[in-house]
Amino acid sequence: MNWQWFHRLSSPKWFYQISGRWLPWIWILSLVLMAAGLYQGLYNSVVDYQQGNTVRIMYLHVPAAFASMMFYVIMAVAAAIGYIWRIKLAHMAAVSAAPVGAAMTFLALLTGALWGKPMWGTWWVWDARLTSELILLFLYLGFMALHQAFEDREVADRAAGVLAMVGIVNVPIIHYSVEWWNTLHQGATISKFEKPSLDPSMLIALLLMIFAVILFCTAIMMYRMRNEVLSREHSKSWVKEVIGL
Amino acid sequence: MKPLRKRRLIFVISIVVGLGAAIGLGLYAMQQNINLFYSPQEVATGKAPVGPLIRLGGLVVAGSVKRDAESLQVSFDLTDNAEKVTVSYNGILPDLFREGQGIVTMGKLQEDGQFVAEEVLAKHDENYMSPEVAEAIKKAEAEAKARKPKE
Repeated sequence: MNWQWFHRLSSPKWFYQISGRWLPWIWILSLVLMAAGLYQGLYNSVVDYQQGNTVRIMYLHVPAAFASMMFYVIMAVAAAIGYIWRIKLAHMAAVSAAPVGAAMTFLALLTGALWGKPMWGTWWVWDARLTSELILLFLYLGFMALHQAFEDREVADRAAGVLAMVGIVNVPIIHYSVEWWNTLHQGATISKFEKPSLDPSMLIALLLMIFAVILFCTAIMMYRMRNEVLSREHSKSWVKEVIGL
Repeated sequence: MKPLRKRRLIFVISIVVGLGAAIGLGLYAMQQNINLFYSPQEVATGKAPVGPLIRLGGLVVAGSVKRDAESLQVSFDLTDNAEKVTVSYNGILPDLFREGQGIVTMGKLQEDGQFVAEEVLAKHDENYMSPEVAEAIKKAEAEAKARKPKE
């Protein structure tokens, strides 16, 4: 099989140039979607028959929780590609995805606690969904700490990469925890194949916010990757040109 | 693919699959402990222990909620549509507590099958709708109920 195209895609210089062109558009699209989503979610959507206005926490909670799992998969797949093919850019992607995913995990846990207090009657309960999401946060933090612990970047990439790959086992557990066990957390509303069981005005707000948050996280991750590229390739002539040395 | 990369690919796949299987079996073995609560049926069949602090989950039976006029003492029945357990509780109930609502309660099962709760948590389901829609559904259900006896 011819893998040349794959290696060309993995050139840090190529990535730096392409991402520079894409970033403004990703930003604009993300902010437009977020403005629309916030307007729809906070103002234009109906209140819930049981929760009242508290339901609006969902428009931040669900996108954050979705992104927390999505960026873990991105991180783990990038780490695996970097590990198998020894591609530096893939390791840079994994390292850049971790803080973004960790922040989203924290946001999901925080908004969940704020919702849980008035609705369930408790900030926290050790049910399978909440516990597995907390483990996800620890996996992110562990990845970042392990990466920091090594002097040698290549060793750090590989060691932390193995942790990221191993931790992917947790992602399906988070997703299916509400089906496999009795949990206090409710089941999925829109990830099933049937018609979603929520009001159309809520669904629009939720989808807008999910896309907005994913694009927002992608933009932040790309910024981090560009910094990572400049920092790791600082001795290359094209980097010196870019930073004007 | 070069042999070295193939070996690394096999290594990655085998640790993920191996660990996935190990954790899967572990979770399967601990299934009962990971469940947040016991169901009324498990209480009826004697699977729930009498004495230690446990959680019990189910739907509040309509018409079973009895509040004490003088205090916060309240008692209600919980069901999973198979069995019923009577719960007594002294404290403030969460916003979502109502008849027909799914709740999870922590407390101790007594010898006589009664459940004395120390904490009551409301469980929310995955359905979200506007008050108007909820009202319309309720009305339609009531009308359907009213029509039935005539048929």
